[in-house]
Amino acid sequence: MTTNNNVLIKVENLVMHFPIYRGVIRRQVGVVHAVDGISFTIQRGETLGLVGESGCGKSTTGRAILQLYKPTAGNVYYKDTNLVKLRPEPMRLMRREMQMIFQDPYASLNPRMTVRDLIGEPLMAFGENNSKQIDERVASLLDMVQLNPDFSSRYPHEFSGGQRQRIGVARALALNPSFIVCDEPISALDVSIQAQVVNLLEELQQELNLTYLFIAHDLSMVRHISNRVAVMYLGTFVELADRTTLYRKPLHPYTQALLSAIPVADPTYNEQRRRIILEGDVPSPVNPPSGCRFRTRCPLADTICAEQSPEWREVEPGHFAACHKI
Amino acid sequence: MGEPLLKVQGLETHFKTPEGTVHAVNGVSFHIKEGETLGFVGESGCGKSVTMLSCLRLIPAPPGKIIAGEAFFKGNDLLKMTPDEIRHVRGGQISMVFQDPMTSLNPVMSIGKQMAEPLMLHLNLTKEQARKRSIELLGLVGIPNAADRLKDYPHQYSGGMRQRVMIAMALSCNPQILIADEPTTALDVTIQAQIVDLVKHLREELGMAIIWITHDLGVVASLAHRVMVMYGGYIIEEANVNDLFADPRHPYTVGLLGSLPKIHEDVHKKLFSIEGMPPVLYKKPNACPFAPRCNWVIERCWQENPTLKTVMDGHSVACWVDIRNGSKKR
Repeated sequence: MTTNNNVLIKVENLVMHFPIYRGVIRRQVGVVHAVDGISFTIQRGETLGLVGESGCGKSTTGRAILQLYKPTAGNVYYKDTNLVKLRPEPMRLMRREMQMIFQDPYASLNPRMTVRDLIGEPLMAFGENNSKQIDERVASLLDMVQLNPDFSSRYPHEFSGGQRQRIGVARALALNPSFIVCDEPISALDVSIQAQVVNLLEELQQELNLTYLFIAHDLSMVRHISNRVAVMYLGTFVELADRTTLYRKPLHPYTQALLSAIPVADPTYNEQRRRIILEGDVPSPVNPPSGCRFRTRCPLADTICAEQSPEWREVEPGHFAACHKI
Repeated sequence: MGEPLLKVQGLETHFKTPEGTVHAVNGVSFHIKEGETLGFVGESGCGKSVTMLSCLRLIPAPPGKIIAGEAFFKGNDLLKMTPDEIRHVRGGQISMVFQDPMTSLNPVMSIGKQMAEPLMLHLNLTKEQARKRSIELLGLVGIPNAADRLKDYPHQYSGGMRQRVMIAMALSCNPQILIADEPTTALDVTIQAQIVDLVKHLREELGMAIIWITHDLGVVASLAHRVMVMYGGYIIEEANVNDLFADPRHPYTVGLLGSLPKIHEDVHKKLFSIEGMPPVLYKKPNACPFAPRCNWVIERCWQENPTLKTVMDGHSVACWVDIRNGSKKR
């Protein structure tokens, strides 16, 4: 399989279903359609934003790309390697190239490990056992995320949320990865701290030529950090475009509603804008609606939407959407 | 609009912790008029929730203690009332909606039973009347098949629906003030938009005053008439919503607004970030609590803590520097 040289990650028809077991004999009674057939690419050095509401499958997508879950179907290519087909040991070695930054900086750091051990652990896992070299590397990583290298013997509880998230970033960078999945890295932080972490992520990207998959539900922050943005709803992609196009000219009714729901810190703008208020809640992914998954809340829904799933197509160059009404 | 409905003066609340006494609220004064929506914004730990909880005497004591201040609600000081008197105000004339609808509803009690409780207590309704009123209220907040859903338990409701139930309960006794403490923070954007829309609609219909506590400047911009910005237990800026967003005067407010990405920005600019972290105050500061993070800081900021001063009609700021003329460090 040969791909365009600039493509770092290529996802083809990724499906991730989680079985539901019930009863004493743990019979499978159903399946959670967490991710249902998505395809996209991520270019080298770009940031792809992934937005959607809770439970839409955006974190699952990130984890399935990194093979933290074994995908039910589909392929994930990193450069020219199909990760889905890799055996455990080659996959383990591959993990040096791709890392993850987690949402909750309180839960993702072991409280009984010092900062030096937390950041040094990935180095040791991949064969570095000279403790002096680890110390040096940890110090330079701490410096890179703008923390004082003297903090390396401290424990996570001695740090604030923003500082912990920096430790998480340093740990992800320890092995010089080229691809990082940022899974809601700023959602748990205060507003003034969010900007600090986002600026740090952007600086590191430039310095180290990193590629990000940036998962978030804060649409304005995603617009700020991403080159292209994908919108997810109930396990499927509904729209994907470069950020300016997506935010200026959204095509899919869900994207339009989502964008109009963003609270904007500008009272005059709020009075002028047209808000689309969606009714109801996101349906359960155990039993998603037939046809288009958004049809139960869509203001434009029609009979065809219930009968056929809309095709994922390139409406304009680089602008993909899945809707019968476009 | 004449006399303020609620007038708080010099409120101070402390918490005793093993590390020392935390000065959570330091002499906060504000008022709210009938039918007005007042927004309280600030980051975690700035004292916005503690201020409102103090007014309703919901601070766990110990470790918390209201040290000073008065809170006049229709001529009576809430802080001096007997426990019995304040209980009549709470949930009746002043009610509250909390952040997390899952933890503030009782998971082993049906929604109907939980809703009937305040109605029977405050309005002396019978069981049957309370049931009728509950159905009306659930209809009001947009829950379909209200009559059938009364016997359901909280886990059978979605997050947005649970928050609607909380609002219905808070409205059940026709309060004059509704205090909403981060009511939409735990919700998704589209659901948040539904709740904000619902509150606006109810405000018009029922005319109650609302105190909306949040860290989300966007929500405040679309809902509040007047906004208080809090930092380190102090109100550091107070203004009408349009003035605050168009012409912020405190460096912290300016920083907060600057750290938000603009939804209509096309050119990629670096986000403005406020360096450092919000403080925890173990003693009354004799410097401006924001000074260590401030870009406009001058000598005086380290020697005296500024108090709120009016700079324009209805716009007050606690800052020694006029940021329109002051010079910026960086």
